[in-house]
Amino acid sequence: MAKTMFEKIWDRHVVLERDDGQVLLYIDRHLCHDGSRAGFTKLKSLGLKLRRPEQTFATPDHYRPSTVKTVAQIEDPTMRGILEQLVANAAEFGIHHFGLDSGKQGIAHVVGPELGITLPGILLVCGDSHTATHGALGAFAFGIGASEVAHVMATQTLWQRKPKSMRITVDGALGFGVAAKDVILAIIGQIGTAGATGHAVEYAGSVIRDMGMEGRMTICNMTIEAGGRAGMIAPDDKTLAYCKGREFAPKGADWDAAVEYWKTLPSDADAVFDTDIAVDGDAIAPMVTWGTSPENVVPVTGAVPDPVAEPDPVKRKSLEGALAYMDLKPGTRMTDIAVDKVFIGSCTNGRIEDLRIAAKVAKGRRAAVATLIVPGSTLVKRQAEAEGLDRIFIDAGMEWRESACSMCVAQNGDYLEPGKRSASTSNRNFMGRQGEGGRTHLVGPAMAAAAAVTGRITDVRQMMEEN
Amino acid sequence: MDAFTTFTAVAVPLDAANVDTDQIIPAPFLSRPRADGYRDLLFYRVRRDADGEMNPDFTLNQDAYKDAGIIVADRNFGCGSSRENAAWTLLDNGFRSVIAPSFGDIHYNNQMNNGMVPVILRDAVCATIRAQLHAGPGARITVDLQSNRVTGPDGTKYEFAIPEFNRYRLLEGLDDIAMTLDLEADIAACEARRRAQEGWLFR
Repeated sequence: MAKTMFEKIWDRHVVLERDDGQVLLYIDRHLCHDGSRAGFTKLKSLGLKLRRPEQTFATPDHYRPSTVKTVAQIEDPTMRGILEQLVANAAEFGIHHFGLDSGKQGIAHVVGPELGITLPGILLVCGDSHTATHGALGAFAFGIGASEVAHVMATQTLWQRKPKSMRITVDGALGFGVAAKDVILAIIGQIGTAGATGHAVEYAGSVIRDMGMEGRMTICNMTIEAGGRAGMIAPDDKTLAYCKGREFAPKGADWDAAVEYWKTLPSDADAVFDTDIAVDGDAIAPMVTWGTSPENVVPVTGAVPDPVAEPDPVKRKSLEGALAYMDLKPGTRMTDIAVDKVFIGSCTNGRIEDLRIAAKVAKGRRAAVATLIVPGSTLVKRQAEAEGLDRIFIDAGMEWRESACSMCVAQNGDYLEPGKRSASTSNRNFMGRQGEGGRTHLVGPAMAAAAAVTGRITDVRQMMEEN
Repeated sequence: MDAFTTFTAVAVPLDAANVDTDQIIPAPFLSRPRADGYRDLLFYRVRRDADGEMNPDFTLNQDAYKDAGIIVADRNFGCGSSRENAAWTLLDNGFRSVIAPSFGDIHYNNQMNNGMVPVILRDAVCATIRAQLHAGPGARITVDLQSNRVTGPDGTKYEFAIPEFNRYRLLEGLDDIAMTLDLEADIAACEARRRAQEGWLFR
């Protein structure tokens, strides 16, 4: 029977299926971070060992201040304590740990792919909702809660119900100045923030095929913002080229065997998905959010919508609430919105391609507002510095920081002040997400750099044409 | 976790859709150890106005709901971040069940892993129950996991579905780690198979 890629990977990981349909799945690789400590605590309280330390990888990201190079330099005792605890837990349980002194620390979802921990065909979990990112390499990867983290640590397995399958096909070709972030924001705008709930999503179509690995990770990353359990993209030659030679990727004869298997992963031509959605890639413009949910999104050429147009009174009230929180009036052109701060980074847009495009826009210009550039990992930071991108940002008056989740989730001392407005390459514009009372406009890295130099939401295409 | 059989409590209506886990508990509080308790953190920001005072319009702040143990919400409750702290703060405030048309997938599991029962009822049913609660603040609802039935404020009974595996665990108050550890032979067999299939993951 024809199978989707998701079904092929799922079937290989079934330990057993109960009569009630609940399935015990084997977990190939488990990513932990500094927020995973409840799992270790539970393991200790039960007196259990971690079953497969060799398959468990940890890196501090949420609580790592972007201003320090060592744990000892962290002034805040809570943050320092949390990072110290991860060091201690990693040593006690014998797991891989990429600490601040390893040269490999970074956001879990950046570190996984770049160290070859994430590979096609594997089942990977992490106690973080943006674990969907890893599906860009053809893996089945999803975020889990703290109880599930402890369960994986103790048993290397997880109880799941099989999600439904969804294919989102983005055909056509992206216009000038349009990139991955715009594509996923357009998808979320089209299907809504619960549009993929209960589904494993496979992205397909010419736009996805033409996209580089970093862009694909951006797309899969925000699948959770459409409610999806996992996002996936079939591995191809770009995937193989990306994986080859990475630290935890197969080598030699193993590599040849892996490639042979990975080539069987793409969905069969006649495989049937529970839901099929088509998105017109030609029609996508640079996108920007106006409200407090990622589905509140419009093209940069658009305007803040009027809740009066919404027939459902409950939805209308929620739109009005979003506008009140964002302090925006219906009909305001997006490009008339001034910002106070810009954040470029996160597991969504903190990779080298993201920094390259942001640097292209920033080059020879000056930031008009405070701008934080926070690389997604230490390796990304080193690569950017080797390419001279750091000089471009610093010369533009922007801050060049150490890798962390930073202003995406505001747990490391970087945050948006109350009443202030940001253009941010992160993934959530929820109320208070970037800081209490902060107002977030989600954009791609080129758009964020454009907002940084103009001090307002700007159609980056005009600036790119100027070059 | 505590077993759940049947639970009757005051129900509080929450009209907003897409109540994300950042609203349920803001990120700055996530560093608190579980053992220290989460009672003071539920909806910490959204229940307060700009000056930090409790907003009287937020239903949870109203006297009629001070002993509430059930939330009746709108679609996509608990979307966003995987933080299990959202379930912890609900539980520490006495909430054993949330009724909504749909839930964020991860939060749905997090509730069940903490002895809570997330109940999915149709959009229109949730809207009806919320309207009844608004009309009679302090009304009680029963969530009966033994019969998979909710009894609304007016006595109407609604059937709901919940995965049988989780239902069984909730009824018995069973932690799944102990259950799974009993399946060691199956896990070891699968692991051996995975080693044979994709040996590079184990070297």
